[in-house]
Amino acid sequence: MTPPPRPVPPGAAGRRPVVVIGAGPVGLTCAIDLASRGIPVTVLDEDDTVATGSRAICWAKRTLEIWDRLGIGQRMVDKGVTWSAGRVFRGDRELYRFDLLPESGHRRPAFVNLQQYYVEEYLIDRARDFPELIDLRWNHAVTGLDQDGQGVSLTVATPEGERVVEAEWVLAADGARSPTRTRMGLPFPGQRFEERFLIADVRMSADFPAERLFWFAPTFHAGQSALLHRQPDDVFRIDFQLGPDADPELERTPERVMPRIRAIVGEETPVSLEWCSVYAFRCARLARFVHGRVVFVGDSAHVVSPFGARGGNGGIQDADNLCWKLALVLQGAAPESLIATYDEERGRAADENILNSSRTTTFMTPKTRAERHFRDGVLDLAAEAPFARLLLNAGRLSRPCSLAGLSLQTPDPSPPPDGLRPGDPCADAPVVDAAGRAGWLLDRLGGPFTLLVFADGVPDPGRLAGLAPGLAVVVVTAGAGAHGPPGVAVLHDAEGLAARRYGAAPGTAFLIRPDAHVAARFAGLEPARIADALARAGGRPDASVGRAA
Amino acid sequence: MTGETMTREPGATARLRRDNGFSGGADGVYESLIRAHRGLGDDDSAALNARLVLILAHEVGDPEVVAAAITLARGSLHRAGSAPDEV
Ligand SMILES: Cc1cc2nc3c(=O)[nH]c(=O)nc-3n(C[C@H](O)[C@H](O)[C@H](O)COP(=O)(O)OP(=O)(O)OC[C@H]3O[C@@H](n4cnc5c(N)ncnc54)[C@H](O)[C@@H]3O)c2cc1C
Repeated sequence: MTPPPRPVPPGAAGRRPVVVIGAGPVGLTCAIDLASRGIPVTVLDEDDTVATGSRAICWAKRTLEIWDRLGIGQRMVDKGVTWSAGRVFRGDRELYRFDLLPESGHRRPAFVNLQQYYVEEYLIDRARDFPELIDLRWNHAVTGLDQDGQGVSLTVATPEGERVVEAEWVLAADGARSPTRTRMGLPFPGQRFEERFLIADVRMSADFPAERLFWFAPTFHAGQSALLHRQPDDVFRIDFQLGPDADPELERTPERVMPRIRAIVGEETPVSLEWCSVYAFRCARLARFVHGRVVFVGDSAHVVSPFGARGGNGGIQDADNLCWKLALVLQGAAPESLIATYDEERGRAADENILNSSRTTTFMTPKTRAERHFRDGVLDLAAEAPFARLLLNAGRLSRPCSLAGLSLQTPDPSPPPDGLRPGDPCADAPVVDAAGRAGWLLDRLGGPFTLLVFADGVPDPGRLAGLAPGLAVVVVTAGAGAHGPPGVAVLHDAEGLAARRYGAAPGTAFLIRPDAHVAARFAGLEPARIADALARAGGRPDASVGRAA
Repeated sequence: MTGETMTREPGATARLRRDNGFSGGADGVYESLIRAHRGLGDDDSAALNARLVLILAHEVGDPEVVAAAITLARGSLHRAGSAPDEV
């Protein structure tokens, strides 16, 4: 097979390299990521509005770091409400407070809260920065799909009538009810929870802290739990657990909702209801995310209950994982089989997210007397006995999944007891560049494959030169003021945090993937091992130097 | 630890470990306990719990720790707010 041509301008004759179905947060992130790698993308969305209601609000550190790489993280953080801590109450009594990021030296906080409509708006604005590469089509509903081994043919209903759009690859980012999934006849097995939840966004001026507040047996609500989050613009998200028998139609009427809100904030505070809905949740996933040239990302591939904020955050990490692989394949720099590792890696993440969110739901909704005794026992013990707080499950909040042991990573024969291992997401740390400017390590990772080298001073340029074509090199030094050879970024680890978080001694090197995960760790600069690991991480294990030698 | 005598008050539960005794797998332990009760009626559940306590008390291997655990558990019964929620 001849490698596909280098990026062609959108609208050129023939197939488009990538068509994304769905302009939600995941589809838009995919488009921007691909464009940042020079790949033209067409995005089709069936309507022309951003998400109604606020839907997702909690965006995790890792998501913000991905959006930083795509040039839109700062805007999200500037508008969002930053938080790292949560409190768990039983009735009016605070059982404990936890901090998800109890140390400094990270650019991004554990979370920001930001309404999904702002997220989508900012992503759309960012996509418009790539007019040559991103073709955003509103009111384009995909109505048919056909594929052979070479590409996909989509039927699209547009305001001008029906069109056929040909693509080499299609990313189905069309949400939890994915019409693409249905059209392809793919089962979506999982578990449905009977419990119903009222989720309301209210505008009011109230002095709740910028923390996640979770109540078991709240005094203001007859149900088993409630959850409160602060959002921008004086909007608060309140979740009320209603029980399995609640009538969804009735419970979403203002006559039912307002008294529940009044019970929290009192009669005096002026309150306006922005949006509310009643949900029952499920956890489900496709058995496989890659079906020929159609790849499922975000909610179309997997859904979880929202406790833990793993839905949207998981989807953004799908985009992060897939797009560099797709770009390499489209540029002819990697075999098509690299896409299968998206399924392997994000399948593990989906399983982890589903496991965590189902366990939380189980804890929140005891179904038998025995379950209730365990749950209440944990709550009764939690204030006094630290072990019970480990069992208390009011949400396990989204964290990036480790890809350790999966096929692209090179196993580490002697991993350090502390520090990063192959497969781990890269840690952030404050660094100072050669010009004396303070910055962040994560700003230098992700994008191309990068060799991250820890050293006392700058290694001999001869040892850095020609390690592998296309491999960026970043040197982190213990001492200040070092300069590197051309093309090598030298960063001073002024507080020693980078070396500590990576578990690195002088001489330790890491191969960093384009999605800022560690692919391999080396005790020293060993060109042959580095080249092998690079070949493996790029999906070309047979091209490794070790085999050829 | 050596030379420490068992005191009833105020530190009767001081012998209990304060570190993470679940090796990071607390949620998995909780899930396996819940699963163990699937399909059992109330009596059988209570009987299962009694057997589990006996086995685990033996595994603990230290009668003083078992006594401290009993003190902690008794003290937490019928705590305000622990009445079963209305269903
Ligand atoms: C109440 C609630 C709270 C949540 N809270 C959080 C949270 O705090 N944090 C978090 O991370 N996640 C949260 N989530 C989950 C989060 O909202 C989803 O995971 C996220 O929206 C998934 O994004 P997506 O881009 O995959 O899909 P969607 O956002 O659903 O976007 C799908 C897009 O596809 C388009 N589309 C559909 N069919 C077609 C078609 N045939 N042709 C063209 N376009 C089509 C739609 O118009 C839509 O724009 C929450 C969800 C809910 C319901």
